[in-house]
Amino acid sequence: MKNRSLVSIDDFSKEEWLKILDLAEEFEKNPKQRLLEGNVVATLFFEPSTRTRLSFESAASYLGAKVIGFSDASSSSVKKGESLNDTILTVSNYSDIIVMRHPREGSARYASEVSPVPIINAGDGANQHPSQTLLDLYSIRKTQGRLDKINITFVGDLKYGRTVHSLVIALCNFNATFHLVSPDELKLPSYVKRFIKDAKLKYYQYNDLNEAIPKSDILYMTRIQKERFSDPIEFEKVKNAYILKNNMLEDAKETMRVLHPLPRVNEITVDVDSNPMAYYFQQAQNGVYVRQALLTSILGIK
Amino acid sequence: MSEVRKELKVSAIENGTVIDHIPAKSLFQVVKILKLDGIPNQILFGNNLSSQKYGNKGIIKVNDKYFEAQELNKIALVAPSATLIVIKDFTVVYKKNVELPKTIKQFVKCVNPNCITNHENIETKFDVFTDDDGNPRLRCNYCEKFTAKDNMVFI
Repeated sequence: MKNRSLVSIDDFSKEEWLKILDLAEEFEKNPKQRLLEGNVVATLFFEPSTRTRLSFESAASYLGAKVIGFSDASSSSVKKGESLNDTILTVSNYSDIIVMRHPREGSARYASEVSPVPIINAGDGANQHPSQTLLDLYSIRKTQGRLDKINITFVGDLKYGRTVHSLVIALCNFNATFHLVSPDELKLPSYVKRFIKDAKLKYYQYNDLNEAIPKSDILYMTRIQKERFSDPIEFEKVKNAYILKNNMLEDAKETMRVLHPLPRVNEITVDVDSNPMAYYFQQAQNGVYVRQALLTSILGIK
Repeated sequence: MSEVRKELKVSAIENGTVIDHIPAKSLFQVVKILKLDGIPNQILFGNNLSSQKYGNKGIIKVNDKYFEAQELNKIALVAPSATLIVIKDFTVVYKKNVELPKTIKQFVKCVNPNCITNHENIETKFDVFTDDDGNPRLRCNYCEKFTAKDNMVFI
């Protein structure tokens, strides 16, 4: 993985994903090591994403790297009309690796073609966000003790959720069974279902969340955004049907865990937080270890 | 007999390239893809000619011009049935069907309005796939979205 960019999850092989997860496990035991002393990590956030940026910066800082960058395009030369090519070429002079988030799809691939230093894509529009997928896989393996043959339930906006699409596609490599809970307007797109079919795996679709919970090893919640509905009345009808409340977890397997890419708005009520099944904050913490594993692997330290 | 009639409609060339069996509706796309509007050579066009095999077809004859195979294969996107004929001294020296290339650069626009290639000065690049009906579809190297045949816009 040394010096290779990570733009899409399939830039790395399944074996390489597992190596990253193993390495992340080491970092979880000992996150503060000065392995990246003397390295500079650039975080270029052409659109704001506080959690992802802080997670990468925290990962780099715990390893002793210096972090440079910007958190918003309006505070950078992009505002003056600089091309992406020029921004990347300039920043690559100042850093050993570039972590970037950009509102346009394909921006990270383009950056990886022009940049002499490796790029980690921290989200390019609605396209890819591979470190999120890896931290989701890490969280599943950690809580279930395995990645194979997981019963995973995805809830909410399955149509537009990039996180959901990538994770479904990744889990097609691990014989998962998929339970898909969404309003009709926000069903999983057919191109993603194609991956499930091609892998000869099973998926079931539901409108009712309660039906899927007892079958699940992992309950992956997402937010339903009002602006996704062409008819606001439709949104009003379904908005409460996909909210997870603590009393709904009574029939769940004891080992089931609730994941959420965050930020949460109201789709998980706060009374779930104290339930041992709630795992979304640890999931976010796992992101730091996975990103430490990515930075050290790509920089050739580990 | 039909051979003779065709010759009457679009006269023969001495040296050059003939592109035959172009679907009539794609003729002007082929002109655009091959940038024939920008070359000084003599060009003969025929369109809506009847063809037993292909219904209405178009034909283009370009005098004193030989194209790179790579260049000509681009037209497979809009005219997969096209035949390429190389003529020297009024004689056919070479004849073949166009082939869909594996990758396509530069001349098709990505259908995704939020693709970086539609916002920065970046050459487009696609991997070529075919759908269940055999129509070409292009996967953008950058945003990873597919551009279907009906959505192709030529730059």
